[in-house]
Amino acid sequence: MTGTENMLASQADAEIMIEMSGVKKYFPLRGGFFGPTLKVRAVDGVSLTVNRGGIVGLVGESGSGKTTLARMILKLVKPTEGVIKIDGVDITKATAEQETKMRSEIAVVFQDPASNLNPRQTVESSISRPMIIHGVKKSDARAQAHDVMSMIKMDEHYLRSYPHQLSGGQLQRIAIARALVLKPKVIILDEPTSALDISVQAQVLNMLLDLQESMNLTYMIITHDLNVIRYFSDTVAVMYLGKLVEYGHTEEVTGNPRHPYTQGLMGASPILDPSLRGRTKKLLPGEPGSLINLPKGCRFFPRCDKADGRCEKREPDDVTVGPNHTVNCFLYDGRKAGD
Amino acid sequence: MNETPFMEFLVSARKNANFLVGAFIILSVVFVAIFAPVLAPYGYDTANKADRLQPPSAKYPFGTDDFGRDMLSKVIYGARITLQIALIGTFIQMFLGVTVGMVSGYFGGFIDKFLMYIADLAWCVPGIILALAVVTLLGKGLNNSIIAISLVNWTQFARIVRAKTMAIKNQAFIETGIAFGEKTPAIMLRYIFPNIVPALIVMISMQLPSTVISTTALSFLGLGSQPPSPDWGLALSNGMKYVSRGQWLSIFPGIAMVYTVFGFNLLGEGIRDLIDPHVKSY
Amino acid sequence: MLKLDRLSVEYRVRGGYLSAVKDVSLNIGEGEIFAVVGESGCGKSTIAHSIMRLLPDRNERVLGGIYFEGHDLNALNDRQMTGVRGKKIGMIFQNPLDSLNPVYRSGSQVAEAIFLDKKNRAEVWREVIEFYREMKMPDPAQSVRSFPHELSGGMRQRVMIAMMLARNPKLLIADEPTTALDVTIEAQILEIMSRLRADFNTSILLITHNFGIVAEIADRVAVMYAGEVAEQGSVFEIFQSPSHPYTELLMKALPHQSKREGRLRTIEGSVPRITSAAPGCRFCNRCPAASERCEKHAPPVKHLSSTHSYACHNR
Repeated sequence: MTGTENMLASQADAEIMIEMSGVKKYFPLRGGFFGPTLKVRAVDGVSLTVNRGGIVGLVGESGSGKTTLARMILKLVKPTEGVIKIDGVDITKATAEQETKMRSEIAVVFQDPASNLNPRQTVESSISRPMIIHGVKKSDARAQAHDVMSMIKMDEHYLRSYPHQLSGGQLQRIAIARALVLKPKVIILDEPTSALDISVQAQVLNMLLDLQESMNLTYMIITHDLNVIRYFSDTVAVMYLGKLVEYGHTEEVTGNPRHPYTQGLMGASPILDPSLRGRTKKLLPGEPGSLINLPKGCRFFPRCDKADGRCEKREPDDVTVGPNHTVNCFLYDGRKAGD
Repeated sequence: MNETPFMEFLVSARKNANFLVGAFIILSVVFVAIFAPVLAPYGYDTANKADRLQPPSAKYPFGTDDFGRDMLSKVIYGARITLQIALIGTFIQMFLGVTVGMVSGYFGGFIDKFLMYIADLAWCVPGIILALAVVTLLGKGLNNSIIAISLVNWTQFARIVRAKTMAIKNQAFIETGIAFGEKTPAIMLRYIFPNIVPALIVMISMQLPSTVISTTALSFLGLGSQPPSPDWGLALSNGMKYVSRGQWLSIFPGIAMVYTVFGFNLLGEGIRDLIDPHVKSY
Repeated sequence: MLKLDRLSVEYRVRGGYLSAVKDVSLNIGEGEIFAVVGESGCGKSTIAHSIMRLLPDRNERVLGGIYFEGHDLNALNDRQMTGVRGKKIGMIFQNPLDSLNPVYRSGSQVAEAIFLDKKNRAEVWREVIEFYREMKMPDPAQSVRSFPHELSGGMRQRVMIAMMLARNPKLLIADEPTTALDVTIEAQILEIMSRLRADFNTSILLITHNFGIVAEIADRVAVMYAGEVAEQGSVFEIFQSPSHPYTELLMKALPHQSKREGRLRTIEGSVPRITSAAPGCRFCNRCPAASERCEKHAPPVKHLSSTHSYACHNR
């Protein structure tokens, strides 16, 4: 894992907020009554660091493990192996006291505006609930709920509404408000704008950026929309079948993708400019395989146009190809940093 | 704009004929039950040996039974028993069903398998036979027959609550709550339970009439209320003995029974129409 | 090929009609990919459904003309319409799992489409496998035997297209065909659709909310807002010189740059509920350039070129 070490070294000056090393999550799957217990290798050895105040984008097809990774940070699922540190605290070994504190430091906004809030609670109680859990007095929590409404630029009278009376954009802004009330350090954004219209998406993205700048928040955003990633995030982590295949600055990864999978992903992503239609783009053949019967070598090998003998036999290592840019591919093995 | 769900319910309830008629019928039964001592001309167990098996007349509008008790008074007091059966029986079923269903649906795994196994067992024994067994074990009587019927019927609550719980527990707001540090009991009571309530209300309104009918059936078989209780089921069974001589003995309790069950059914239908679109949109 | 002439779809409400789609006129030429794009609730799907006469016909009425190859589809009776549907005009939906029958093998559903022409069984199956190969299904000989639930979302959409293709329709209506799919699979489906046009000269009416897809494959575009066409033109006219204030704002709300190059434009307010038959421009409550005139009078349609037109008072 030389690549990861180099990457860590180059970031040593900045303060690290999220640090993952060798994180794995296997889900057991029983193969019939007498069959062997199979494993779904949803996340299979991911190492990643995110600095305080950074925005990291997680991209990949469905089944790439990006949502499982986020759910492990939220402690909704337990990693099978590996270490996840948030602001220096290993969340897998946290004491009860640390865990309570950690729960207030990591917040989440999910994709579906309709199910993000409890349909039977008013907006006000949805927003003040996290504060009440963490010991804020009810009256103070209510007062803060009023303050936070101005941060998301919504009128206070919406506090008395129920979720089904609001539009998707409004619901998503309230979900963000709720994520903010405990003054978290990290917010996980799981497809926060996928269900929204373009004009509303722009509102929500801008609001998230403003909040991030003013509160020095760290974001991890999961989305399938590479245009959103390009606009929104500082660094990008590309995942394929549970592995991190490429990681680096957004301009680097989207502008000069190295891994054949990233190249295919960028080629497939529609570009919002009809004059670029004639560009040579790479179309990935086939679909990602199963997470149960993974190929012995590189996972991407069956769809890769540049595969050779090595790819079939063993898994490639992370290779550093530029400042803070790593690729998990044999192609760059020979020529290391600064090619 | 900022109407509570309950207000929204009332607004649409005003236009629902089933709900209105059903509510009127049930309210009238409740009224009769509450004011039974005022409304009934005689006590339900006041026997007047001289006036045995009298047909309906000005003195006894519904006639009298074989002990000379006024049938009108019996029917009026019987409303109390019927409502008692409906409320207590349905509450026991709901309590058992919600507890088992939520625990089963939320935790899943072995607990779920075990609890659903019990529910399956209770379900596959024919209801009336299980009820007979329970009554034999606990002894005859109204309360025991309510318990018996509840032990048979709770599984329907459990199944629906379990299915609802499983659907709700995967929604984003549950996970968000857990991520905020919400404890398991709070997740179940504050997040899941309120979202089951609409389905529960529909279920209750459908279980009320069947609980009344099953429990009355036990009384009819002589296993429930014992004489001189004004229970309609008991009165019906007693009337069977005099089918050729005194039809009024079974007709009036029968009509009261049909009226009440019909009311519960209409009310249930109305509530289901009113709540279901909401249930779907959540 | 297809011509919509002042098409309106109105829903009956207490005391009158509300138009979910109002005065939409457009022309789709042979072998053309025409995109109708807009945000949720703008009426784009209603147009597709009204062409196919698939509206839940209870409380709505369709006004205006729908002409297909010169024939008025509104004049056809239901039986004649069934003939047009599928045979001349095919339609694919966002969720192909709902459109495929779960109890039949995917291949036999495609075969059914061919069977209409009465051929022998072996020949039909060979043809189905050929279609699958053309759709780039992996292992066509095997996958014809799989049931819909055994296929991935992308493959189901391929089966749907194969089914449509089997009848060789003149026009394919694709209602959000790739919304449920991953980008790599989306790119494959879009590629199949462009090839369909190149090889068979099929016209495609593409209904989508995704401007990226429009930029990738559409020839002409109609941008809809609250049931009306705000602007239509060639894809270059729309992306490079948007003329309606709504289109212009949308283009600036699309994330095509990095946040370092400036924030996205947003459009304040929200889409009006079509509850009242307000006479003016439906965008006027959110339009930065709106004046009193916009509220009172419907905007005139102005033409910039033979293809490019928009509806606005102020420009």
